[in-house]
Amino acid sequence: MAKVKVKKNDTFIDMTAMSDVTVLLLTFFMLTSTFVKDEPVKVQTPASVSEITIPESNLMTILVDSEGKIFLSFTNQQDKVDALTAVGEDYGLTFTPKEMDAFKKLETFGVPIRSVASFLDLPSDQQEKYLKDLENQRVGIPTDQLSDARGLISGDNEFKRWVSHATEKNPQLKIAIKADKSTTYPVIKKVIDDLREMRKNRYILITSLKTASNA
Amino acid sequence: MAEVQVKEQEGGKNKQKKKHLRVDFTPMVDMNMLLITFFMFCTTLLKPQMMNINMPAKDEVKPEEQNKVRESTAITILLGGDDEVYYYLGMIDSTTAYKDPGSFLITSDYTPQGLRKLLLEKNEGTYELIQDLKDKLKNLEIKEDDFNEQARKIQEVALKETKIAPTVMIKASDLSTYKNLVDVLDEMLICNIGAYAIVDITDGDRYLLYMKTLNPAYLTEQQLNQQTKAKK
Repeated sequence: MAKVKVKKNDTFIDMTAMSDVTVLLLTFFMLTSTFVKDEPVKVQTPASVSEITIPESNLMTILVDSEGKIFLSFTNQQDKVDALTAVGEDYGLTFTPKEMDAFKKLETFGVPIRSVASFLDLPSDQQEKYLKDLENQRVGIPTDQLSDARGLISGDNEFKRWVSHATEKNPQLKIAIKADKSTTYPVIKKVIDDLREMRKNRYILITSLKTASNA
Repeated sequence: MAEVQVKEQEGGKNKQKKKHLRVDFTPMVDMNMLLITFFMFCTTLLKPQMMNINMPAKDEVKPEEQNKVRESTAITILLGGDDEVYYYLGMIDSTTAYKDPGSFLITSDYTPQGLRKLLLEKNEGTYELIQDLKDKLKNLEIKEDDFNEQARKIQEVALKETKIAPTVMIKASDLSTYKNLVDVLDEMLICNIGAYAIVDITDGDRYLLYMKTLNPAYLTEQQLNQQTKAKK
């Protein structure tokens, strides 16, 4: 019997070109994109033709969800820490360095000032759950007089304090409002009125670019 | 490609032997792909846009001053529920407006044929001037500061001297959404309207909306009570 010789052919695919392409793509993504901010509420901003892009520093974003819960985020770490210290002082609260560190790690926050300490003690995955819990009444920065379970008034308009302290510490701070497009007007009006009472009459509405598909 | 020719000298003899050194790039590609997928999922290419907005200070606008807005050029836009939008020209004239709200309050929409057509018509003369400036800015003929300065001058002349520019008051009802508000502000930008303001809705406007749509949700509680009393 004749031996059938199987010829072993070494198929070596040259991956250099492939590697070139992937590196190129990678560089493109790294340079052009920005990281998705982890926000407790998903917000779909309304489309607009305005082509001004938002500033990357000195910005305070007021995130308003459809029920009027308010969350804040700052682009500058220092503003965030200053604001927390100042608001805490108003209520006679001080924060330990450990709590401050935990606070620095938060991107978007929104809890009444008295719950901040206990909130910061939670591990980060629990914090996320806490903020996303729609049933939780202790989420969002209070904008009016709230009375707790014992009937005690637990605070006044903390939102106003946050804004006024933050802008006092950093006069260059710009205020931006980010709200879902289906939010009803009275909810927005509440925020606008609060800002107006503090004589903050210039601010930014965050929108997304209008394209043919979402026009 | 991924081969490097290595020259090797053998035992003093000047014989060159060519040896191929192949580098396998497959793991490199694997890793890059992984990184790309990570970036695609965790980042966004969309940069959010923004819209600057200046509100009149609370104690600056007194009711008497609001009435100073020239009747001939005033446009009031009322934002209703269900993405509806209405407008009326001039002021509410209590003798005629409430008698015939159907024709006083005009229904419009957010399409280019609706509000934009009206605003462009009313802003004729100013719109073209600003548009020219915008083109110049686009072609880098003028700087942004110059643009702002010149645009401001044009708006001022149109408002105070030639008195052709309209003053738009945006009144959002409780049923309207944030999207409606941004859409209307957008129209102001598109039509180069110089003077516009977001104003609180008045009882008169609420009543007009109610008369037009017969939707009691536009009314305040007090007005509702009055309505039911009147019916009795």
